[in-house]
Amino acid sequence: MLKGLIGKKIGMTQIFDENGAAVPVTVIEAGPCYVTQVRTEERDGYTAVQLGYGEAKPKRLTNGQKGHLKRNNLNLPPLKFLREFRVKTPAVNEGDKLSVDVFAVGEFVDVVGTSKGKGFAGAVKRYHFRGGPKTHGQSDRHRAPGSRGAGTTPGRVYKGSRGPGHMGDERVTSQNLKVVLLDAERNLIGVRGSVPGPRGGVVLVKEARKN
Amino acid sequence: MDQILKSLEAPINPNIPDLRTGDVVNVHVKIKEGARERVQVFKGTVLYKHNNGTNSTFTVRRVASNGIGVERTFLTRSPRIEKVEVERHSRVRRAKLYFLRKRTGKSARLKQKFN
Repeated sequence: MLKGLIGKKIGMTQIFDENGAAVPVTVIEAGPCYVTQVRTEERDGYTAVQLGYGEAKPKRLTNGQKGHLKRNNLNLPPLKFLREFRVKTPAVNEGDKLSVDVFAVGEFVDVVGTSKGKGFAGAVKRYHFRGGPKTHGQSDRHRAPGSRGAGTTPGRVYKGSRGPGHMGDERVTSQNLKVVLLDAERNLIGVRGSVPGPRGGVVLVKEARKN
Repeated sequence: MDQILKSLEAPINPNIPDLRTGDVVNVHVKIKEGARERVQVFKGTVLYKHNNGTNSTFTVRRVASNGIGVERTFLTRSPRIEKVEVERHSRVRRAKLYFLRKRTGKSARLKQKFN
């Protein structure tokens, strides 16, 4: 069975484990997901499984989306989010339904999300630069990035140098989060630790890469 | 979404009575030493409470034998707390008794409240 789900970040709380220790938990409402398409080497050049999640009103989908879900008489509900999971051997068929029971408590998962956007951020916030001294006659240099490079040689700033710029709102993966909570009835999955993105953000839950 | 999180909260520990700041309490905490489990009692004054669902805490201050103040924060809903006994209530006029930290001896006393 494919170990992957699309879900929505609900938020964080803490629970007590069997030893009585408080464990930080991010709760994700994952699935039910439907296999909307299986990509094959022959037809698509790679193998992957496309999952759909999040029922929407039919009129919120474009006709293209509706047509895609209607292929092969799959009779799928109108799904808002479609995401692909790369796998070597797709052990699922189109139309299959996946729920949180593909995971088990104690397993490790990776969670992919879109981090919160921070806008145009300075180098102190973005790359943890130290900024300038707070005292000794400094003015307007407290959060400055400092020198960006050498002088006449090379006479330019090297590409890829760290500096101020747009921060956040990018794809981030949190690796090796332990599954501590499963609720098949409400499609909830709880992982230890934090997960990228705001509450209500769409996240992908996958089997951990580094297992 | 908030309701889902609320439903996952830990149950309220029935062995912890309603605490008020200024209460003198005995907190019985389960402590694991290797395979053995024993109960330790921490006695002191409740400095403040932090009410936040599962994350609720209360902080107890006691002055150790050498005159050094020791503050310990407990998770109110933790299963490690076996029970809490309230010895006496105090008449206090604020929710956070931070001023006790700077006081010693006679001025660190609180007036008992009977009810």
